[in-house]
Amino acid sequence: MKLNGEKIIRYTLVAVAFSALASLLLIAVFIMKEGVPFMVKVGLRDFLFASDWDPQAGKYGIYPMVVASLYVTFGAMLIGAPLGVAGAIFLTEFVPRSVMRVIKPTIELLAGIPSVVFGFLGVMVLAPFIRSTLGGPGLSLLAAAVILGIMVLPTVISISTDAISAVPNSYREGALALGATRWQSVYMVILKAARPGIMASLILAMGRALGETMAVIMVAGNTVRIPHAVTDPVRTLTANIALEMASATGMAREALFATGVVLFVVIMILNGIALSAIKGKVRGR
Amino acid sequence: MKNMNGFLGLAVLAGVIGVSGCGKSRENITMAGSTAFQPFAEKLADHYLATHPEVSITVQGGGSSLGIQSALSGTAQIGMADLVKLPPEAALLKSVVAARDGIAVVLNPANKVDSLTMDQVHDIFTGKIRNWKDVGGADHAIAVISREAGSGTRSSFEQIVGNFKLTPDALIQDSNGTIRETVANDANAVGYLSHGLINAKIKAVTVDGEACSEAGIMSGSYKLVRPVFLMAKPDASPACLAFLDYVLSPEGQELIHTNGLIRAK
Repeated sequence: MKLNGEKIIRYTLVAVAFSALASLLLIAVFIMKEGVPFMVKVGLRDFLFASDWDPQAGKYGIYPMVVASLYVTFGAMLIGAPLGVAGAIFLTEFVPRSVMRVIKPTIELLAGIPSVVFGFLGVMVLAPFIRSTLGGPGLSLLAAAVILGIMVLPTVISISTDAISAVPNSYREGALALGATRWQSVYMVILKAARPGIMASLILAMGRALGETMAVIMVAGNTVRIPHAVTDPVRTLTANIALEMASATGMAREALFATGVVLFVVIMILNGIALSAIKGKVRGR
Repeated sequence: MKNMNGFLGLAVLAGVIGVSGCGKSRENITMAGSTAFQPFAEKLADHYLATHPEVSITVQGGGSSLGIQSALSGTAQIGMADLVKLPPEAALLKSVVAARDGIAVVLNPANKVDSLTMDQVHDIFTGKIRNWKDVGGADHAIAVISREAGSGTRSSFEQIVGNFKLTPDALIQDSNGTIRETVANDANAVGYLSHGLINAKIKAVTVDGEACSEAGIMSGSYKLVRPVFLMAKPDASPACLAFLDYVLSPEGQELIHTNGLIRAK
């Protein structure tokens, strides 16, 4: 009887665990089924590497959007990663526990703010500021990167803090005992020990930045052009799908699914690179 | 095409099941389509329901092309579309003009330009004129702002202006509201939006000397005007037809008018 109960729970848990996997698989299969035939029909060269996007005229080049998505994501990481990791170090190593217990949940609240609110702030505050100081239309690659950089902060800080807190105290004591200053012990010992967790936070943040849609639509300007300056407006892959979804029929609709396939593949590649980077570092240590 | 917007279809289906499940005496009418007309449809539905408890009306957006598709497929009993001309597939539907809507060309109030000709509007939005000084303004580059492809407002605007290919430099915003905010925030911006949404933060220019006003739209002298169509299947239920009659009745038209749209006639 007792054994049976164990078994039931075990199989239930397995089934639940696989349902998450199954939904991922379903999404992948569905997007591929709708998008891949289109890519074959149009040809990868005229889809991925062409710069003309005009579905009504039968032109489906998404190259500017691929470039824009990558720029915006890396821009966001350029802002979010150093700020987030520095914030995590500060919270764990340089602030009393009691203070951290107040600050960390506050930062995590930031994650609960809907992206449309970030977008609104971007439109009302950031874009006019960029327009008046740097020129250009304001709605731009830079605005999107800054907004996304702020949006990924809670992810980076929260997971990095956990990773750094998990480093055993004996590491800190050992470093200090060897005569290292506080900063040296953080820089040379703790960060190295917490690296897999910090990398994981950065990967998650990158995924969020690449996938964010609403805020980006509001602040990026959505012009289908390869940007030549940070003040140029851009349209990301996600924005393209959301903007044209409601009206697209026939080939244009398939093109949006194919855009989804590209997004999927880009995320897979980014995650793959990041994961192998972690593994390499862990093994090399 | 059939599973286009399957998500929305599912939502509609859920709504229909929910309604028919709990009280089958109430007939449900679903309206879908134009986001520009959506707020007016909601107002009309509210007022109509006050005197007609036997029906319930659900109003959804989704855009003009979705409105036509869902009226054809039957996921919505009434489709809403604000287009200059209905596409050929809509010929299968019974359509009425519920209201008319002017498209205003709007600038930032700080801009000195107050009037444009239709040709200048064409040249600005196609990218031939790129500086305000060419149309009597200050020496600043023009920031063109447009709606996304597939927007009813955009396709109406493009059709009326004619021979149109939007400049690739244009910023794209996905609603009338964000166009208004962007123009209100950028002294060099130009955009276009529904006449009912003009407010103090932006100014509408005259086109060919005609102001985008109710009088101009009614008399036909202001050219950037599009009709709002409501469409239903020819064999629609009596309750559905009764609601369409209400929209066209003096009472319904008055309601449309007091909320900022222009009467059909």
